[in-house]
Amino acid sequence: MTDARAASSASRLAGSIIPGAGHLAAGRAARGLTFLLPWLACASVAVGARHRIAAMPATGSLDDRIAVVTLGFLLVAIWVGAAFDLRSPPRVPGPGDSQWLIAARHFNRNRLAVAGSWLILALYAAMLLAPLLSPWDPIAQANISQTTFLPPSGQHLFGTDRLGRDIFSRVLYGSRISLTIGFVATAISVTLGTLLGAMAGYAGGRVDSVIMRFTDLVLSFPRLVLLILIVALFDRSLLVLILVLGLTQWPTTTRIVRGDVLSLREREFVQAAIALGYRTPRILFRHVIPNVLAPVIVSATLGIGNTIVLEAGLSFLGLGPPPPAPTWGGIVNDGGSSLINAWWVATFPGLTIVLVVLAFNLVGDGLRDALDPRLR
Amino acid sequence: MGSYVLRRLLGAIPLLLGIATLIFFVLHLAPGDPTAFLFGPGIPPEVIEQTRRNYGLDQPLALQYLHWIAAMARGDFGWSLTQGRTVSAILREALPNTIVLSLSTLILVFVLGVLTGVYQAVRQYTIGDNILSVAALFFYSMPSFWLAMMLVLIFALKAYQWGWPFALPATGITSVDYEFLSTAARIGDRLKYLVLPVTTLTLALVAGVSRYARGQMLEVVRQDFIRTARAKGLPESRVILKHALRNSLIPVITLLGLYLPFLFSGAVFVEYIFAWPGMGRVIVDAILQRDYPVIMATSFIFSTLTVAGSLIADILYAWADPRIRYD
Amino acid sequence: MNGDSPHTNHEGVASPPAPEADRGLLAVDNLTTRFATDRGIATAVDGVSFHVDAGETLGLVGESGCGKSVTSLSLLRLIAKPGEIDAAGSVRFKGRDLLTLSEAAMRAVRGNDIAMIFQEPMTSLNPVYPVGEQIAEAIRLHRRLGRKEAWTRAVEMLRLVGIPSPDQRAHDYPHQLSGGQRQRVMIAMALSCDPDLLIADEPTTALDVTIQAQILELLADLRARLGMAMILITHDLGVVADVCDRVAVMYAGQIVEEATTDDIFDNPGHPYTQGLLKAIPRIDAASESLAVIPGQVPSPTAWPGGCRFHPRCPFAWELCAAEPPPLFQIGPWHRSRCWLEKHPERRSPAAPDGTVTAGES
Repeated sequence: MTDARAASSASRLAGSIIPGAGHLAAGRAARGLTFLLPWLACASVAVGARHRIAAMPATGSLDDRIAVVTLGFLLVAIWVGAAFDLRSPPRVPGPGDSQWLIAARHFNRNRLAVAGSWLILALYAAMLLAPLLSPWDPIAQANISQTTFLPPSGQHLFGTDRLGRDIFSRVLYGSRISLTIGFVATAISVTLGTLLGAMAGYAGGRVDSVIMRFTDLVLSFPRLVLLILIVALFDRSLLVLILVLGLTQWPTTTRIVRGDVLSLREREFVQAAIALGYRTPRILFRHVIPNVLAPVIVSATLGIGNTIVLEAGLSFLGLGPPPPAPTWGGIVNDGGSSLINAWWVATFPGLTIVLVVLAFNLVGDGLRDALDPRLR
Repeated sequence: MGSYVLRRLLGAIPLLLGIATLIFFVLHLAPGDPTAFLFGPGIPPEVIEQTRRNYGLDQPLALQYLHWIAAMARGDFGWSLTQGRTVSAILREALPNTIVLSLSTLILVFVLGVLTGVYQAVRQYTIGDNILSVAALFFYSMPSFWLAMMLVLIFALKAYQWGWPFALPATGITSVDYEFLSTAARIGDRLKYLVLPVTTLTLALVAGVSRYARGQMLEVVRQDFIRTARAKGLPESRVILKHALRNSLIPVITLLGLYLPFLFSGAVFVEYIFAWPGMGRVIVDAILQRDYPVIMATSFIFSTLTVAGSLIADILYAWADPRIRYD
Repeated sequence: MNGDSPHTNHEGVASPPAPEADRGLLAVDNLTTRFATDRGIATAVDGVSFHVDAGETLGLVGESGCGKSVTSLSLLRLIAKPGEIDAAGSVRFKGRDLLTLSEAAMRAVRGNDIAMIFQEPMTSLNPVYPVGEQIAEAIRLHRRLGRKEAWTRAVEMLRLVGIPSPDQRAHDYPHQLSGGQRQRVMIAMALSCDPDLLIADEPTTALDVTIQAQILELLADLRARLGMAMILITHDLGVVADVCDRVAVMYAGQIVEEATTDDIFDNPGHPYTQGLLKAIPRIDAASESLAVIPGQVPSPTAWPGGCRFHPRCPFAWELCAAEPPPLFQIGPWHRSRCWLEKHPERRSPAAPDGTVTAGES
């Protein structure tokens, strides 16, 4: 008894200094590391970029301020989270667990999926912290004759391009474009798709026919052609890109949701809700849609990966955000003409895309397995 | 089943009409004057007006639409704004190239995808399964244009530089001296140019099919009738190849029908990078040059091929599954 | 009933039963099958021993989860990973131990010497092949007949099981037949190679009551005509009464009672069997509620200690929780795994917790 209590106060002390250390002292190593390592990473970023941070109040742009605030927030949040987690006892599986908790536990056993989710978190963090992380300015061109087409080295991790710009920094800043577009466009498409699918599945009849015909229409069109068409004809801005990507992705979600809603509609709890006199929007939003969320989440995760690839493709064709914006696809395109003597320009951004999309796909697969109703 | 086919065919007509309408309105809602590309600053306005009248661009939108739908139905796609020949001529030239590319890819994707999927299902959790799964996920996450470039880098450029015996050509569809080659050499030549583009497209798509085939196979193998087959004393190879495969192939066929839009989209990048003179290149060039008639016609053809493809897939599915065929 | 000489041990005295090996057509001795699950090792079948003589029908009775299906699948070695049959046991069929056969030799037994039919005729037939083809396939494999002859024999089998217009029906796909017809097809498929033993795993559970009767009648008729032995697995004691010569009652992976059908119904020894019999609803009994066996079937990863039935047994006392009882021989063909056989005084008229009604028992 006393041992346990003594250990716990020692670990609490350790935990109040460095998050995660307390867990390690108390023997909960895995949990401890999940707090400790990210915190150490953030701390080393803070230390490494201390000069830049110090200079910020004077010369910082909005970007820089966001980066600093994010860093500070992360440091504090991890610290507080670790402290709270240390106090609460480890959760044991029990009969009262919600389906989401069960799914989360199942997900955690899939190591690849967990690795993927960490990678995604790290990417979004890197996206926000880019001003502090990137060693060079992504768009500044120094003495071109000296810096052009330098191969990868300690100074330039990914080498430089034709104009002497550091590719690593460009890729880092490029993540802002791709990750934002991916997230927002997918959010739009998933929301739209779920609403349409739920309406079609629930209402049936003519509403269903009309919606599904329209869905088939959009699906029959090769998506890339439609995207190229609209972006080339209208405008190359970020907004158009996001809108058009989002407004062409919803059919897949609609089909999935419609199928699920159709089968749910016959289930007793929906019939009970109808018998109780609930109005349709309430039934839809509070009873039906929460039950179809699982495949929607999977579809959304995989959709983000898909969107990132498409955005890269559009940028590759010159239809993405205009230069000097460092889009991943754009950099690959730049590297195309100098492929034989400067292979690094095209290779690294592409590799980054593969890694990012791989992470999303791993997570999506992991979610699909975890949320599989047959495993409950 | 005959009535099913008829119903689907009839249902495709409004779909095609809708697509044609969509294309028309997307194009004509876009800002910018289509003729702006044709003329420099010094051209007198009457010439511009005359040209617009020639192309029927001065008429009200609704009228243009009706004219266009009627022309589409006739197969008359009009004249290209930038190339000075009929759109049909352009398509006649480009379509076969795309078909060659797409068909080869489709066959390879189907065969390889099913083979690997079945193998993975039968040897689940072994090293082979894991390696293939990782590889599949890897290629599935790869943008096709980047894969194309990497393949060109390694097998065309670097191979040439390092003097490998089998350096493949980076672009084009035939060699310069194609005309002077014998028939056998011509076939070999065409194949040589086909390798990289088809490999790129196949790698990008086979992962999806393989994953799906694996999933389907795993599900089928769990079914009761597989247990019955084993209880009859059938050797395992017969159980898998005769009883399980036949059942799991049916949904895979539908998947291929669904993959057609991706096939054409992916072909766009591949054709662009490998300078393959197919429809993908035609449409990208036309979009960048605002060649409206070509854009509309090619989009329409793409969509028609997609609709036709999924129609064929549905019909094949209905034919392959006795539960639908004999209903 | 053919077989060995009856045992002369009288009731109440424990004595080791005669060794199962070398008795009759099928002799199962100490069959144990385990599964590795997330929650530990599940011993679904634990030391099961029984025998079946040529031409007789053994009923294997028990609730879901007692291991009867796994037992039958184990006989044909149709258990796949993560399941494993313990090599210590033996399944002697016509003198050979099936557990030691090579896979190829085992395949020659399946469908040929021992055939099996399953519970769900809906899903047990391959939906993409005509039923005639599925029957002919087995014939071609085991009898080495050509396509035409195999097909003819398949049609004959369909006629035998009572399918009208069999030569046309043979071209039908499973979804075009009704549930009862599909089960007939399964029976035809199983019997097409003249097996010596037919294992029927709940063949009528998924069917309508009227069809159930038809199928059972068919099975009885075929047994009379073809003379094969049968193991009929069911949870329905009513079915057992009609068709079976002997009955083995399973609980928690073990056989808890084994007797002739008459004995089981007239003279059940084990409290579980008694509970099952009491639970059969009867029209002539004027009672308000149905009798139940309180409690639940335990999980195979955690069989209770001592006698596995003791948590649910109205007669249980300390010995039951401490020591697992062996199978006591209480009649010529009657065995029971219960300490009451050694301590019959414990069969006091003490009623258990009031859930037993005033029905006849």
